[in-house]
Amino acid sequence: MSGSVRFVMGGRVVEVRGVSPTTTVLDWLRANGRCGSKEGCAEGDCGACTVVLGERTPDGEAGPPVRYRAVNACILFLPMIDGKLLLTVEDLADEDGDLHPVQQALLEANASQCGFCTPGFAMALFALYHAGAAPDDPAIHDALAGNLCRCTGYRPILEAARRMRPHIDVTDRFQRSEAGILALLRSVEREGTLEVSGQGGTFLAPRTVADLAALYARHPDATLVAGATDVGLWVTKGHRSLPVLIHLEPVAELHRVTEAADHLDIGAAATYAALLPSLDRHLPAFAALVRRIGAAQVRNSGTLGGNVANGSPIGDSMPALLALDAELVLNRDGVRRVVPLDGFYTGYRTSVLQAGEFVERIRIPFPDPGERFAVWKVSKRRDQDISAVCAAFRLSLDDAGGVTGFRAGYGGMAAIPARARAAEAAVIGRPWTAQTAAAAAEALSLDFSPITDARASSDFRAAVARNLLLRFHRYTTGEEAYALEDVHG
Amino acid sequence: MADGRADPVRTIRGDVHTALAHDSARKHVTGTAPYVDDLPELPGTLHAALHLSDRAHARILGMDLAAARHAPGVHAVLVHDDVPGDPDVGAVEPGDPILAPDLVSYAGQAVVAVAADTPARAREAAQLVKVFYEDLPPVLEIGEALEKGLFVSPSLTMRRGDSVAALAAAPQRLAGELRIGGQDHFYLETHIAYAIPGEEGELRIHASTQYPSEVQHIVARTLGRPMNAVTVECRRMGGAFGGKESQAAHVAALAAVLAVRTGRPVKLRLDRDTDMVMTGKRHDFLARYEVGFDDDGRIRALHLELAARCGISLDLSNGVVDRAMFHADNAYFIPDATVIGHRCRTNTVSNTAFRGFGGPQGMAAIEHVVDEIARALGRDPLDVRRANLYGGPGRDTTHYGMRVEDADILPELLDELERTAEYRARRAAIDAYNAGSPVLKKGLALTPVKFGISFTAHHLNQASALVHVYADGSVEVNHGGTEMGQGIHTKIAQIVAHEFQVDADRLRVTASVTDKVPNAPPSAASTGTDLNGQAARIAALTVKNRLVAFLADHCKVPPDAVVFRDNRVVAGNHAFTFAELAKLAFLNRVHLSATGHYKTPKIWWDRASGRGTPFFYFAYGAAVSEALVDTYTGEYRFTRTDLLHDCSGSINPAIDRGQVEGAFVQGLGWLTCEELWWDAKGRLKTHAPSTYKIPTGRDLPADFRVRLFDARPNRADTIHRSKAVGEPPLMLALSGWLALKDAIAAVGGHRHPVRLDAPATPERVLMACEALRGRG
Repeated sequence: MSGSVRFVMGGRVVEVRGVSPTTTVLDWLRANGRCGSKEGCAEGDCGACTVVLGERTPDGEAGPPVRYRAVNACILFLPMIDGKLLLTVEDLADEDGDLHPVQQALLEANASQCGFCTPGFAMALFALYHAGAAPDDPAIHDALAGNLCRCTGYRPILEAARRMRPHIDVTDRFQRSEAGILALLRSVEREGTLEVSGQGGTFLAPRTVADLAALYARHPDATLVAGATDVGLWVTKGHRSLPVLIHLEPVAELHRVTEAADHLDIGAAATYAALLPSLDRHLPAFAALVRRIGAAQVRNSGTLGGNVANGSPIGDSMPALLALDAELVLNRDGVRRVVPLDGFYTGYRTSVLQAGEFVERIRIPFPDPGERFAVWKVSKRRDQDISAVCAAFRLSLDDAGGVTGFRAGYGGMAAIPARARAAEAAVIGRPWTAQTAAAAAEALSLDFSPITDARASSDFRAAVARNLLLRFHRYTTGEEAYALEDVHG
Repeated sequence: MADGRADPVRTIRGDVHTALAHDSARKHVTGTAPYVDDLPELPGTLHAALHLSDRAHARILGMDLAAARHAPGVHAVLVHDDVPGDPDVGAVEPGDPILAPDLVSYAGQAVVAVAADTPARAREAAQLVKVFYEDLPPVLEIGEALEKGLFVSPSLTMRRGDSVAALAAAPQRLAGELRIGGQDHFYLETHIAYAIPGEEGELRIHASTQYPSEVQHIVARTLGRPMNAVTVECRRMGGAFGGKESQAAHVAALAAVLAVRTGRPVKLRLDRDTDMVMTGKRHDFLARYEVGFDDDGRIRALHLELAARCGISLDLSNGVVDRAMFHADNAYFIPDATVIGHRCRTNTVSNTAFRGFGGPQGMAAIEHVVDEIARALGRDPLDVRRANLYGGPGRDTTHYGMRVEDADILPELLDELERTAEYRARRAAIDAYNAGSPVLKKGLALTPVKFGISFTAHHLNQASALVHVYADGSVEVNHGGTEMGQGIHTKIAQIVAHEFQVDADRLRVTASVTDKVPNAPPSAASTGTDLNGQAARIAALTVKNRLVAFLADHCKVPPDAVVFRDNRVVAGNHAFTFAELAKLAFLNRVHLSATGHYKTPKIWWDRASGRGTPFFYFAYGAAVSEALVDTYTGEYRFTRTDLLHDCSGSINPAIDRGQVEGAFVQGLGWLTCEELWWDAKGRLKTHAPSTYKIPTGRDLPADFRVRLFDARPNRADTIHRSKAVGEPPLMLALSGWLALKDAIAAVGGHRHPVRLDAPATPERVLMACEALRGRG
C-alpha cells in the first residue's frame, strides 16, 4: 500500500499525495505550471487536452518496449496514471529547442492558426508517430478525429500528418532514451493495491480479480472506473463527488482477450483499442462500429466492459452484442454467474447486477459461417458522436431462403438497448424477401416508441430504424453500394 | 522610391506577398504560446463563477444567498444592485444587464456572480444560490415574435423599383420559406478575463477579446470610472469568429466588478457549457420569399422577408440583419426588389456577430431561391445562376444603390472553376450514377460569393498603429487589431518590414493593449489587415521619412538618393545597416516613434433611405461541391470540393489559404452538422461538443482542391492592393448545402421542389428524401 501516486514525467519520478482522487490530470498539470495542455470542453470531446501515456509493454507481448497512447487529460483522474509515463506537449522538443518531427511537420504545413488546439494535435500525432507503420489516410483520420480545430479546416493538419510519415522510421529521442524510460517505469511499478486518499476521497486500484472482488464486496457503494470516459464526466460535468473509486485498469486479468474457436472472451478492462485486432479477425463489422465509438483518445481509455455495465440506452456496443447473443460473466465477491446480455438491463441505467457485483468478462459468440451479421450507427457526425440510432442484425437462412434465425438489436430507440422482438417475429419462418423485410420494418413500431431529444426526433429515429432494416435486406441480398462506405472515389 | 522587390537577388525575409509562417507558429506547436488562462496568477487571485437562470422568462421573487456567502473560500457574492456604475453591458444600446435585475429573460442568463479562492469553490458556492422565480410565458420562436410584433429594433426595408407590379407581370412565380439555423462559435478557448486592481482605482484586464477598446469602455462604464482608469490587453485568443466582439465585455465587466469589490485579482473563465448557454451565437433566420422570373430563369422581381432571432436585446443585431439584407442579392442582379429585415425579440440568448455577420444567411436565402427557380424550370442551377449574375448594361447596381464596379470578376471565376472542376462532365456522370442507384444519390452545386468589405457602422472604419524603432534597430509595432489566429500580426509585420526593408523577424508585433493604441475598432468585418495594415504603414512611413530626411542631410545627398533595401540603407556612397542607421539617428536626436491613423475613403450609407455605398469593395469567390447521400438514413459525405477564391494581391498566401479553407469548413459545419437545439422550455440542450457537433478532419471533402484566384490587384486602393479574406470564403460552403439539395432532388427525378432547411443534418436530409418519396 502507498499513500501517493507515482508516475514518470519530465525524466523523473513524480510523487503526488493529498490531492482529491478525482482531480483530473489536466487540472493537476495546469496548476503545476504545465499550461501547454488546454481545456476546451472538460468532457473528452475536443482533444485540446490530449496527452500521451507511456507504458512498458508487458513481458511476452509483441510490440515496442514502450507503448504510447493518446488520452484526454480532462477526464482522466490523476491516480489513474499511477505507474505510467506522462508526456505533454512540453516534452516533445528537446532541451536545445529542436522540434520533434511531429512539431516540425505542423510548423511546415502552416497547421496552426489560433493555436489553442495545436498542443492536443501534436500529442495525437506523437502517439500516431509511435503507433508502428507509417499511417495511411484512414489511420490518420482515426488518430485525429478526436481533436477539434475551429480555425484551419484541418487540411494543413492532415498534411502535417502525411509529412511526418517519412520520418517515422527515424529513431526519435524517445526511442533513443528508451532504456532510461524503461528503468523509470520499472521503478514506479507496484505489486499490491494502490490506495490513495485526499480531500475526502479514496481511490483503490487492485491488481487481481480476487482483490477487486473482495474490495468491491467491502465497498459496494464504490464507483467502479475503468477508462473514466463516462465517470470522468460525472465529476467534470455532473460535479458529483465520488467518495470511493475502484480502478479496474491495473487488473491484468481483466485485459485478457481470448479468441476461442466459437467465441471471443473479453476481460472487462480491455480497451476498445486493445480489442480491435481480435474484432478485425473475427467480427469485422463490429470492428468497424468500434472504430466509430468516440475517437482515438476515448478508444484508448474506454472499455467494452464499461460500455455494457454503464448501460446507457445509446451505448454503441450493445445492439451488436444483443444481435450476437453475447453473455456476461458477473462476479460478486468471487462468486461467478453467467447471464445473457438480453435481459441484463431492467430499466433506464439499471441492471440485474447486485450490490458488490461487477461485470468481469464478456463472451461474444461468433456467427455461424452461413449467418449474416451487420451493425450500423447513424449520428449527426461520423466520428466522436453518439448514436441517434444504432442497429445490429444477424440472420440465418435455410437452403430455400427461409429465415431460421433473426436477431435485431437496437440502441437509441428505448430506455435500454433492446432487441426488436416484434420485428424478429415478423421474419422468422418466412422467405427473406423485400416484402418480409418491409413487414419487419413496419413491426418496429410495435417494438419502440423513440423519444425526441437534442440528437434526433422521434420521427427520424423511427424512420432510420426502419430503413436500416431495409438496408440489411439489401446488404444480404448482395446489392451493391448499400451504404456510403461502399462507394469509393 | 526604393523597391526591395525590384532586386531579384537581395530580398528581405518575410516581405509582403510571401508565405511567412504565423508569428506564433513555433510557440503553438511547443505549447508555449500563453493564452489568458496560462498567465501566471498573482498571489491572492480569486476565481469567479456564475449562477445562471434555468428559466427562459421569469420574475425573480427573491434570492437566498446565505449558503453561498458562507461557503468555504468565498470572498464575494454579487447581484445586480451591487454594481457601482452602469449595470448594463449592452454594446449599442441598453438591454444586456450584467446580472439579471428582477427579471430573467433567457435560460442561461447570469443572475449571481461569486468569487472564491479556487475555481471549484466558486462553482460550488454558485450552485448553492437559490433563486425564487415566478414563471412568465416565454416567446421562443421567430414566427411567434413576428406574429406578436416583438422586435428589438424596427424593421427596415430596402427597395428598388416596384416588386409588386414586377411580380405580377413576371412570366413565372415561386413562393416559399426557408429556415436557416444559427451557429455556436465554438472557439476552442472559451471566454475569459483576468482583472487586476492597481493604484488609485486603476484596473488592468487581460481579456480574450476582438475588441479591447469596447471592453475598456464598458468596464469603465460598469465601474463608473473614466476609460483612462482601465487598461485592456489581449496578446492572442484561442479563436473568436465574432463571438468575442461584443460578448467579451460582459465577462470582463463581471471580473472587474468582483476585483474592485474584493480588492483582489479576479479571473472569470467560462466553462464550455456556461459559455455556450450564456453567450450569443449566429442568428438563425426565417426567410419568406416570392420571386418572379422569366423562362430562362432570369429574376424579374423579388420580395424577400428576412426575420432574425435576435434574442433578448439589440446587441449587434441591426448590423447583422442589415448585412443579411445587403447580401440578399449575393451575386445576382434583381431589377425590382423589396427586401425587408425583421429583428425579432425572443426569450433566448442575445445573438451576436459571427463570421459573415448576417451575410451568410442572406446569401443562403437567395441561393435557395435561385436553386428552386432552376428546379421549376428543369434547368441546371448553374445556368440559372449565370443568367442572373451582375454585369452588362443596366445590371451593375445593387438593390441598395451601390455600383458593382468589378462585376467582370465573377464570370471569370465561374468560367475557370467550371472548367477546372469539370462541372459539365461531372454533371453528366452524376446523372448516370443516380439513374442506376436507387438508394445512394449524388449531387453537385456550383455557387458564387460576392461579399461587401467595410463596417456598415461608419465610425468603425478607422484604425491606428504605433511604430517604434529602437536604437539597436529592432522594431516594435503595435496596432489596434487583435490576434485570434487569423495571422494579423504576421501580416502587419510584413507590411512594416516592407517599408523599412528589414527582415520581418526583426520586428515584434506586441499584444493589443488600449494604452498603446486607443479607440481601436474591433477586429471584425474582415477589415483587420485592411485598416490596421494601412495605419501601420502610415506610422512606418512617418518614421522612415524622418530617417530619409536625416540621412539626406547627414550624408549630403538628395532625399531620393536614400534607398532602403535588404536590411540596408544606402545614401549615395554611404551604406548602413538598419541597426547602424537607428543608432546614428538616435544619437542625432531623430524621433524614432510614430503613430499612424487610417480611415476608409468613399463609403457612405443612409440607413433611412436604404441607399448608399456601404462597402469599399467586394470580395469574390466560387465553389463546386459534390455530395453523396444515403437516402435511407440521411447520412452523407462530400466527395469533392473545388474552391477558387479571389485573394488578389495577397499579403501572405499561406495565411490567406488558411482563412479560405478554415472559413469553408466552418461554413460547412454551420450548414450541415452544427445544430442548436432548445427544449420546449427554451433551454439550449446542445451546449458542449458531446451534443454540438462541429466538423472533424474526416468531414472534409475527400478530394479538396483549393486555389487562390490572383487575376489582378484590388481596384480599390487597399493595403498593397490586397483583399480581405476573413469572412467571404465561409459562404463558399453554400455549395455543399446545395449539393446535398441536388442529391435529394434526384430522389424525385429533379421534378419537384426541395426544401432543405439549414443545418442539413442527416435528419433533415432524410426527411426531405422521405417527403419526395411520398410524392412518388
